[in-house]
Order: sequence, then C-alpha cells, then structure tokens
Amino acid sequence: MTKERLQITEHRLQIGIFFLFSVLCVLCSTCYSQSISSVDLINNAKQYDGKVVSYQGEVIGDVMVRGNFAWVNLNDGNNAIGIWLEKNYTKDILYTGSYKEKGDLIEITGIFHRACLEHGGDLDIHAQGIKILQRGKPLIHRLNPGKRNFAILLGVILCLILIFRRWKKK
Amino acid sequence: MFLKPNYQDIKTIGYYLGKIIFGLGLLETIPLIFGIFVGEFNPALDFVIASLVAIIISLFLMHLCKTDQDLNWVQGMVVASFSWIVAMFLSAIPLYLSGHYKSYLDCAFDMMSSFTTSGLTLVQDLDHLSMTTNLWRHFAMFIGGMGIVVMALTFLVKGSAGAFKIYVAEAREEKLLPNIIETSRFIVFINMVYLVLGSLVLWVVGMHQGMPSFSAFFNGLLIFMAAFSTGGFTPHSQSVLYYHSLSYEVITIVILVIGSLNFNLHYAVWRLRRKEIITNIETRTFFITLLFTFFIVAAGLSKLGVYSGAMGLFRKGFYILISGHTTTGFGTIYTRQFINEWGNAALAGLIIAMGLGASACSTGGGIKMLRVGIIFQALKEDMKRMIVPEKAIIFQKFHHVKNILLEDKQVRAVFLVTISYIALYALGAVVGAFCGYPFLEALFESTSAAANVGLSCGITDTAMPVALKITYIIQMWAGRLEFMSIFAIAGFLVAWVKGKR
Repeated sequence: MTKERLQITEHRLQIGIFFLFSVLCVLCSTCYSQSISSVDLINNAKQYDGKVVSYQGEVIGDVMVRGNFAWVNLNDGNNAIGIWLEKNYTKDILYTGSYKEKGDLIEITGIFHRACLEHGGDLDIHAQGIKILQRGKPLIHRLNPGKRNFAILLGVILCLILIFRRWKKK
Repeated sequence: MFLKPNYQDIKTIGYYLGKIIFGLGLLETIPLIFGIFVGEFNPALDFVIASLVAIIISLFLMHLCKTDQDLNWVQGMVVASFSWIVAMFLSAIPLYLSGHYKSYLDCAFDMMSSFTTSGLTLVQDLDHLSMTTNLWRHFAMFIGGMGIVVMALTFLVKGSAGAFKIYVAEAREEKLLPNIIETSRFIVFINMVYLVLGSLVLWVVGMHQGMPSFSAFFNGLLIFMAAFSTGGFTPHSQSVLYYHSLSYEVITIVILVIGSLNFNLHYAVWRLRRKEIITNIETRTFFITLLFTFFIVAAGLSKLGVYSGAMGLFRKGFYILISGHTTTGFGTIYTRQFINEWGNAALAGLIIAMGLGASACSTGGGIKMLRVGIIFQALKEDMKRMIVPEKAIIFQKFHHVKNILLEDKQVRAVFLVTISYIALYALGAVVGAFCGYPFLEALFESTSAAANVGLSCGITDTAMPVALKITYIIQMWAGRLEFMSIFAIAGFLVAWVKGKR
C-alpha cells in the first residue's frame, strides 16, 4: 500500500516538474522581462509580434480615454509607441509630457502587435500591467535675460528708425 | 544678348523684397500673441526678436531701395525666388531660439519644409516643443500653401501691374478674378473659410476621441493647417498615428484631398458649378492615378502579408498612399517600417504617387495632375493619328474649367517641366546614394523632398550629411516654385556676369 502510494506521489511529482518546466519554457520564449527599446521593437517587429514585452518611456501628450480603455503614448527618447490599456490604469498617471510638464516615466508589460488587428494595423502594445518608475513634474521656464535684453535693444533700434523716418518726412 | 541688371533693377527688387519681409514680420506677431495668451513667455520672446529683426531689415530695405517703379517680369521672378530664401532664414530665428534644433541649418531646413508645405523635419524632442513654436511651424505651412507672395499681395500691395509678375513667379498662373489682388484675396478667403470649418470638425472629433477641450482645439487647428496646405507637419512625433483614431484619419483624408484641389476648382464650386468636379481633367486624372498606384501598393503589401485585415490595408496602405499622392505626408506608421516591412513593390507604388503629386494651382507639389492629364491626352492624340487616314485632321480637347484645345506648344512646356521634375528626383537620389544610403531609400526621400511630400523612410535626420540637407532644401524650394526660381536666379546671375549695359 505504502509502496503504491509512494509510486503515485513520485508520478505526480514528475508530472508537476514537467508542467513547471513547460511553463518556464513557454514563458522564456514569449516574454521579454527586460525593457525593450522602441528602436528594437520597430526594427524587429516581426520577432516580437504577439509576445509579451516590457517597455518604458515618458507619457507624452494626452491620455485619450475610449470607453473602458485608453490610449497613452510612451516616448523612450527615440520614438513614442501607443499603449492600449484599461481605463483604471490611467488613474496613476498624473503628469503627461509637454512644454510645461515632464511626463511620468512608466514601465508597461503587455502584448506587442506589429500590426494590431483590433486597431487597424497600428504598431502598439496592449498593456497588462503598468508601473510608475518616476513621477513627472511641472517644468519651469524662466525668462531668458539675454533674450530679453536683445529684444529691448531691437525695440530701441526700431523706435529710432521710425523717428528718423518721421523726421525725414517733415 | 542679355542686359546687365542696373542699379534701378536692384532697387526695385530690394523694395519689393522689403515689403514681403515686412509682411513676414507682421505674421510672426500671431504666434507672439498666442504665446502670451497661453503663458509661454519665453517662446513669445523668441517671436518678439524674430518679428523685430524682420521688420527692421524690411524698413532698411524699403528705405534704401525706395522706388515708384513697377516690377518687370525678371524682377518679379527674382523677388519671388529670393523672398522664399530670405523668409526661410529669417523665420528660422524663433526655431533656433527654442533650443530644439542642433544647428541653424536644421532650423532653416524646417522652415523651408514648412513654407514649401513639404513636412520633412529635423526638430528634436518635438513632444516637448512649446505650443507657440509649434503654431508657427504649422502656420508657416498654411501661409506657404497659399503662397508667401499671395499673402503679401493680399495685404501689402495696393493694385499694381507688377503684382501679377511675382504672383506668376510663385508657380500660380491662373487668374480666378480679373484683378490679381482680388484673386489673392479670394485664395486667402477660401483658406480662412475652410480653416474655421475644418478646425471645428477636428476639434469636436478630438474631444470625442478623449482629448481635453483645449488640446483637441489646438491639435485640430494645427492638423487642419498641415492637412489643408498638404504640408504634413504634426504637433507630435508620431504624426497622425498619435491619435489612434479612424475618424481622425478619415476627416484628414477629406481635408487633404480638398487642399490638393486646384483653386480654380474651388472657385467653380464656389460659383455653384459643382459638375466641374467630375468633368475636370485633374480630378479625373487624380482618380485614375490613385487607383493605379493603390493597386500596386495593395498588391505589394498583400503579397508580403503586411496587414492581415482590410482595415489595416485602408488605414496604413491607402492612408499613406493618398497622403503621399496629395503631397501631404501624414504617416500612420514609423519611418523604418517602410523599409523593414513594406517591400519594394509597395514602395515603388508610393514613390510613383508622390512623384505625380497633386493638382496645379493648389497647395500641393509634384509633377501635378494637369500635366499628367495633358501627357495622356497627347498620347491619345498621337495614337489616333496612327489609326486614322493621313489627311484627317485630329483635334484633342480636354476640360479644365473650360474646354481647351490641346496644342503642341502646351505639350512641349508640360514635358519640359515633367522632365525637370524627374531630373530633380533623380539628382537627390544620386546625392543620397553618394552619401552612403541605399538607392531605393535615397530615391524615396529625394522624391518626397522635391515633390514637397514629407514622408520619410528614415534618412531625414539631424545626423544626415550637410550636403544632403542643402540638397533637400534646394529640392523643396525648386519643386515648390516649379523651377521658375532656378531659371530666374540663374538668368539673373548670367545677365549680371555676361550682360551688356
């Protein structure tokens, strides 16, 4: 009885190990845990098509909500890639990159599409999870004193020209 | 025998050039006011400087060259040609001051691309560029679509016979109204009506697509200006792909097609002669060439299985094709995808479409549909001649606003310009190849620049050789002014050197 049980347990263990190994193999072939650059994704789009990838970049422009989902564009410094994600993920995004703001730096994990069937052939990523790596911030642009002084100088020159023209007319 | 330009010629050219620069200085106050309105004071200051520099130079020129003499043909041509170059250098000042460009040449490149409604860009970190500077890039494109000279004629010239000469030199031959100033004003009026309507539609659609109200308005305004002028700039680095929106793409198709139509056609429709849309040689030719090139692109893409659904073929294949054919240059894919994925056949179809271009007397570039249509008619006439008895008299007519009899002189002129365009495309491709780029890529980029399209396969970059940047600037300029500029300046210089007093 004990021997039989032992055999069954051993058999189950073998199945378990085999299952775990298979899962690991599948994961290794379809998931890229390290962040991939936009250049790499675009240049090797066929290789990454349909696979789970990690991608990180700054949120730029607007978060465009469409029903229960939203579009976010992430720029990694070379290109911006469109990310299709659930609306509730966007609640964590506070800053979006523009002249006045540095957008949140986020990392997403999701399925990469070379030519997404759902979105008319867009090269995009359907996010499964997002992580805020660095919070964005408002950008302060102080008035450049050099530019200001030069503008004043030009203004003075223009005034002198106009005065000279009027004087000559008289 | 050439006559050497005299002091009076220089004075007249300088005076009218001054007027156009003055107009440019005034136009630069628009982004300046906008910058103050949206609280972007640093960029607004850039426009204070740019505007003052332009106005001071223009006042100097107008004072030094003050004359009552009207322009003759050569002077008109030289004024139009030089005004585009001077405008390029002066209007690049705010771009340079923005800090988003690596050199002044890059800024000049972008401004030439803007004024010629090309759309190739060397801007860095576009997604963080101020709204004020972005407005200027797009507004310059809108002005360029109408024509810098047209704008100046509208507001600064009070009726003169010389006005027609600089108007013609800007690659516009047709008078819609008896008076050229009225014609210019009508062109500006049509543009303004469409600007209000188009921006409004894009604004509403933008909000519907999830953009905040002001952002939707700003994006709508800029995208309209770029689409209607068949320019192709966008406020974001991803071009139209940024919006991920079918409705945005469909509306921009409508706008860019309207923008690519001949102003004569707009005038005919305005006068309720809607039948002209169907009967005009240009719209018919455009329809045929669009179908033909789409067949090539679709076959090429389908063979390689680039897009599996019909929607993909429409939103990528057709959208980019019509954007290229109308010489707009909006993209819904990344530049390297052309080379990595599209394949040679689809690229060839796209290059043909870009090279053929839009309608004559429109905001578009390229060989132009009127010329392509006339070449087809000439071929038809020659084929008829072969079939019918020798003594038979053959007439070939075409319809362009009115019925026109095809003449050999006309065909010759059309062929000359067509060959010049093909030579210009080839020249840029050869320079590109010399700079180390593969020939097909170099041809793609060269055609895009010379036909004022703006689609890029990745060559146009701030790191590309200076020689290639200058080549593309010349191509954009020559292509936009339909070689008048080159002939005018070359003729002027030859007369200067070899002419007799």
